[in-house]
Amino acid sequence: MRLLKRLAAPVTDTTGLARWMLLAGLVITLVFIVLAVFAPWIATYGFAQATAHGHDFAKLSRPDGQHWFGTDRLEFDVYSRVVWGARTAIEVVALSIVICVVVGVPLGLVSGYFGGWLDRVLVLVMDALFAFPSFLLAIVFSFLLTNIVGGSVIAVSLSLSVIYVPQYYRVVRNTTVSAKEATYVEAARAMGASDWVIMRRYLFGNVVQSVPVIGTLNAADAILTLAGLGFLGLGIQSTQAAEWGHDLNRALADAGSGIWWTGLYPGLAIVLLVTGLTLVGEGLNETLNPTLRRRRLLPVVLPSRAALMGPADADQDQSEQDQKEEAR
Amino acid sequence: MSRSGGGSLPRYILQRVLLVIPMVWVILTLVFVVLRVAPGDPISAAVGGKIDAQALNQRKEALGLNRPLIVQYWDYLSQVIHLNFGTTFTDGQPVLRVVRDNGGATLSLTIAAFLVALVVGIPLGLVAGRYRDTAPDVVIRLFGILSYAAPIFFVGFLLQVYVAEPLGLPTGGASDPMTAFVVQPHTHILLIDVFLSGDGSAIVDVLKHLLLPALTLGLLICGVFIRLVRVNILQTMQADYVEAAEARGISRGRVTRHHALRNALVPVITVVGLQFALLLGGAVLTEETFNWPGLGQKLVEYIDDRDYGAVQGIVTIFAIAVVIVSVLVDIVNAMIDPRVRY
Repeated sequence: MRLLKRLAAPVTDTTGLARWMLLAGLVITLVFIVLAVFAPWIATYGFAQATAHGHDFAKLSRPDGQHWFGTDRLEFDVYSRVVWGARTAIEVVALSIVICVVVGVPLGLVSGYFGGWLDRVLVLVMDALFAFPSFLLAIVFSFLLTNIVGGSVIAVSLSLSVIYVPQYYRVVRNTTVSAKEATYVEAARAMGASDWVIMRRYLFGNVVQSVPVIGTLNAADAILTLAGLGFLGLGIQSTQAAEWGHDLNRALADAGSGIWWTGLYPGLAIVLLVTGLTLVGEGLNETLNPTLRRRRLLPVVLPSRAALMGPADADQDQSEQDQKEEAR
Repeated sequence: MSRSGGGSLPRYILQRVLLVIPMVWVILTLVFVVLRVAPGDPISAAVGGKIDAQALNQRKEALGLNRPLIVQYWDYLSQVIHLNFGTTFTDGQPVLRVVRDNGGATLSLTIAAFLVALVVGIPLGLVAGRYRDTAPDVVIRLFGILSYAAPIFFVGFLLQVYVAEPLGLPTGGASDPMTAFVVQPHTHILLIDVFLSGDGSAIVDVLKHLLLPALTLGLLICGVFIRLVRVNILQTMQADYVEAAEARGISRGRVTRHHALRNALVPVITVVGLQFALLLGGAVLTEETFNWPGLGQKLVEYIDDRDYGAVQGIVTIFAIAVVIVSVLVDIVNAMIDPRVRY
């Protein structure tokens, strides 16, 4: 119950517009997660299925009762590919965030705690990675990985992780550097705790708190990078999984002849999911960033002066209005 | 001014420029490690299966790929110092010539996109920040989020289907073949060459081709501007001097324009520098969407051909460009805001 309350805190603590944006973002994101998890039941066909009941699908047919979003130039059902695309997107993003956390958090913790040459080398490498144009980095890595292991969900997730690891590393390292001087760490060390115990029991819990925020903000960016790689043909091949970016690449070939349905729906899916994740990220930012935060002021009900002092005061209405002003 | 505190502008610039050297070195090493040390060798990737083992070995020998890695690494570094970025494997061209022939198109595209973003983004961000939590704010913020959330190639697709087709605007290339044939390549930047030629219809043709790509790329960046200007206006509007100005009876609009905007723009300049990287990535996608003959499209072509030499050279140049821009931004920032100089 307390956990639930803490999880809901960003929603309950915000007010007005920020709250609506956060809620809308959460709803959109949840819808896509549902699509991803239940894709086999929601999609009408497989993602690379061009025949059903012994009949080949028509090529580039307009949306109709059988194919709600039409079919594309490979005779695949666009609606089904949009649904299955949600699964690919969520899979890749979740996997790359997991890789980032598994690699970035321990590295940051060890590097910040011990310092020394390891710390300096890591900071240098991570800064270089961070300074590098991120999309180019993703292109180079997926170029490399598709040469070695072939285009797959894992290869793409790995190339996405390379871009985002520096962010996790830097945040965790910097918080570790300041946290290791704290009194509670000194106390733990005085009690004879080993470095390993200090990192695991004392520092870990204190330095991972900003990780969920970075994760949400990166997720939106990761969806766009994934689609971009797919668009350039560096991501996942269309027979291996449905990928929105790659579908848009194929749709572009027919844009000149006015065929809109092959590109519109996968594109809208990307826009919606990225918007949802961005709204969640912005909402969290507005509640967690003290320079932007506008906490809801709790309405304080003062006992009416009438009850305390007897005859009603003219000031009373005025003070109530002031409170309302403040609450806004 | 204390001697230990530093603080002088030339000194800051010197420090900042000296810091570039280790940064570039680390990036070059990274590029080399990623492309050369990692498994999979360039030649068999490029021509794999098409030639026999002996011919393969000969080509490796010719390109010096059989030598120890440390020798190759040293070679690569000294080449880059002499501004030699190697040659492509597939068509044997110096990378610098590829950059000269295609870089101009990328440059004119990114600059035009930047103008679009500035002209659209800063006023919208200002309005959104000034009228926080009102209807214009909501609409502008949603627009900002959407323009960031919509991938370049989707915006490009929509523009091609719903704008270019009805209006008869071109959707691919930087000009008609005829224009490219007529205009003399003085600077290798078509946009400048066409103005030098003074041919009216050619100028219109080139600008028509530029319109949709620049709009597409500009919209991506303008979302970032909107968010940034808005947040910075919000933060500066809370500053004491803004309150002081209001207390003196200066109207809110005037305070926003004359007092808050200038200070809100300082962080914007920093982020503009960081956006250069985003702009480069976006340019690759825009060029691919609109068949724009720039460096990004060339890079994708070479990637499809598995040409390590070209990829390594082009990526090196991109990376160095980003580092140089970040230094320039820091210097400009230090000139505007003395607090940056520590």
